[in-house]
Amino acid sequence: MAKMAKNNIKKFIKDPYLLFGTVIMGMVLLMIIVGCFWMPYEPTKMNAAEKLQGISLKHIMGTDNMGRDVFSRVMYGSRVTLMIAIGTIIIGAGLGTIIGAITGYYGGIIDEVVMRIIDALFAFPSILLALVIVSVFGVGWVQLVVSLGIAFVPSFARIVRGEVLRCKNMDYIENARLIGVSDLRMIFVHILPNIKGVLASSILIGFNNAVLAEAGLSYLGVGSQPPYASLGRMLSDAQQYMFTRPSYVLCPGLVIVLMVLGFAFLGEGIKRWK
Amino acid sequence: MMRRRTIGKAGCSLLMVVLTTLTVALSGCSSDKAGDSANSSNGTEAATDTVASTAESSTTETADDLSKLIVGIPQDIDGLDPHNSTGAGTREVFYNIFEGLVKADENGNLNPAVASEYTISEDSKVYTFTLRDGIKFHDGSLVTVEDIKYSLERNMGVDGSEPLIRAYAQIDSVNIVDDSHVEVVLKDADSDFLTQLTVAIIPAANEHPETTPIGTGPYKYVSNSPQENFIVTRFDDYWGEKAYIKDVVFKIESNMDAIVMDLEGGSIDMMARVTSTQVNQLSDKFQVYEGTMNLVQALYLNNAVKPFDDVRVRQALCYAVDPQQIMDFVSDGAGTEVGSAMFPAFTKYYMPELNDTYNTDTEKAKELLKEAGYPDGFEFTITVPSNYGQHVDTAQVIAEELKEIGVTANIQEIEWNSWVSDVYSGRQYEATVVGIDASTLSASALLSRYVSDAGKNFVNFNSEAYDTAYKNAQSTTDDAEKTKFYKECETILSEEAASVYIQDLPEFVVLNKKFTGYVFYPLYVQNIAKIKPAE
Repeated sequence: MAKMAKNNIKKFIKDPYLLFGTVIMGMVLLMIIVGCFWMPYEPTKMNAAEKLQGISLKHIMGTDNMGRDVFSRVMYGSRVTLMIAIGTIIIGAGLGTIIGAITGYYGGIIDEVVMRIIDALFAFPSILLALVIVSVFGVGWVQLVVSLGIAFVPSFARIVRGEVLRCKNMDYIENARLIGVSDLRMIFVHILPNIKGVLASSILIGFNNAVLAEAGLSYLGVGSQPPYASLGRMLSDAQQYMFTRPSYVLCPGLVIVLMVLGFAFLGEGIKRWK
Repeated sequence: MMRRRTIGKAGCSLLMVVLTTLTVALSGCSSDKAGDSANSSNGTEAATDTVASTAESSTTETADDLSKLIVGIPQDIDGLDPHNSTGAGTREVFYNIFEGLVKADENGNLNPAVASEYTISEDSKVYTFTLRDGIKFHDGSLVTVEDIKYSLERNMGVDGSEPLIRAYAQIDSVNIVDDSHVEVVLKDADSDFLTQLTVAIIPAANEHPETTPIGTGPYKYVSNSPQENFIVTRFDDYWGEKAYIKDVVFKIESNMDAIVMDLEGGSIDMMARVTSTQVNQLSDKFQVYEGTMNLVQALYLNNAVKPFDDVRVRQALCYAVDPQQIMDFVSDGAGTEVGSAMFPAFTKYYMPELNDTYNTDTEKAKELLKEAGYPDGFEFTITVPSNYGQHVDTAQVIAEELKEIGVTANIQEIEWNSWVSDVYSGRQYEATVVGIDASTLSASALLSRYVSDAGKNFVNFNSEAYDTAYKNAQSTTDDAEKTKFYKECETILSEEAASVYIQDLPEFVVLNKKFTGYVFYPLYVQNIAKIKPAE
């Protein structure tokens, strides 16, 4: 047992994707968790005397156009962004997996109808779909998560359906069917656990897309509301100071890059983990 | 051997082709450089070229850049017919081409233009205008009283259609008295009607005003390319002080992010309404003129909803919000404080003393809240149109300031059209931050909206004293008396704290230092005729 654990650790350290992914995500998570308890400044506290300052010991990422500490805002903003991404993935992957599994397993008319609806959803760019939902139900974090979640359903449904179709005709499923296993048990106990590798990596890729989509929507002004920060919101506020104070736009941008990179590495690592 | 030789031949001819191409390309480049240094890399070749050629053909060899000015404008012209084009961006350009019977100057006075003088009857029902002697249209024909009648009646919609200008519905008739006099007869007395008579006078003989714009202004129309530019040239027979710059191009700058680069690169010489951030990025090649946008920015409160139906709550907010701090944050301290619904450009009506009705006093604000029954503060939502960055920023500063007195302000951004339908028309909101401007040069343009039953009264302000004062102002014809009543209105708005009045936002106009003489107007116009080369 101990030997197996040791082997696993060895394998883990040898896999650069997993290693770097974990280190990067660890850094980001550490920053977020510390931010829940302590931040150098209050993220919405304005200070007219310290507008648009550069990187210094006092403000390690400088200050923004309202004199707010960018590092505190990045800590707060990455928490918001991560929460939105998690919420989005729970809805998107949850609904997507159920729809994908049912359509894939039963096939026939259900498959045809549901998948055509999914195709129609696919035809909308996900950002556009989210924009429509936000403009109908108003602006807010719940609406944002729900709309992004719905926008993410089609891709998960497609992936899961494909995998289920592949597994469905395998021998062990045939055998289970002969024993008389119920449909529900078949899907959730026999099929889904066998596609978890693909699902896990697509969830991590989905995380990336959710982070970027939240940034995009906040950039368009329909994401999180001022004065609260999210990474995308900060980018959008910072763009007009790109030339006068580059650190303001670079710092939140860098954290987005780290988050996306971390998720991507983890996803790749998990896929390669045999 | 054979093989090698053919390769050599092919290589040789290839080399020749490359060299020729390079030569052509390079020579093209260099001549371009000499020809229009004003051009940067943003696809406006056509625009600049046209000007360059017109300028060259009409000036002597010492053709310098100063004979033409390129002005950036934020949106395209929405039509060439001055009566049917209502966009503010169109009006600011047309100010240079068309003139009305009277014309606004930089101090907000209405001076005679197409008319040389006017008289208003005792009962303010009949306005009589004398046609300016010898005034000409851009096509060289003389302006006649028929043209005036035609232009005014076109806006009244005499053929049974809707009047183009709502106020023109109250014109009873336009009568030609003799060859040089026209009288405008109103249905009801209105001493402010002169402000409506800035409408363009155009020739009755012109059958296609929508394609061939002809006016009497200091510049005449040359051409326009949709989404690209609008070109005018100096009108040498202008009746008044002639323009200094010969050719003017209004170039459509739809990408606001590219303005700094376009100015620096030289593809535009002037741009109005740039932000303080953009100003900070400019080099010293440019002169920055600071004026005001001529609007009243305020935290408008819906006086009909709780807790803002209590005057003490509104006053508490006034005590808590510090306009100077907002200006410091939003525009580096630029801007002019306002204490009531009147902006400073209306010097006649503006009352600077009202700025001191509420000087920031947190203790006083808390006390008022306690009296009103909110000792622990309350929570409300500020709805802000998301396309106006300065209003969103202002709302953020307000929210921060209100924390001091225990009031929580949540900010909700909303798209502009939803703002118009939900907040402005539907009045479904608690508070909002916007700027309100004046459509005509009269105090009533800003004050009429606070009358209890006014359709534009989106703050639901309700005060009998105000209604009386406003009515008095409307019914009197004596100017001093009128001003007194308008000032009374402003004082009531300030004391009743109809809203939290903040500032008239700063407006920055950037002009290349090669030119000088920019003047701000209390209306949404750009008077190019006043701009001249700086030696």
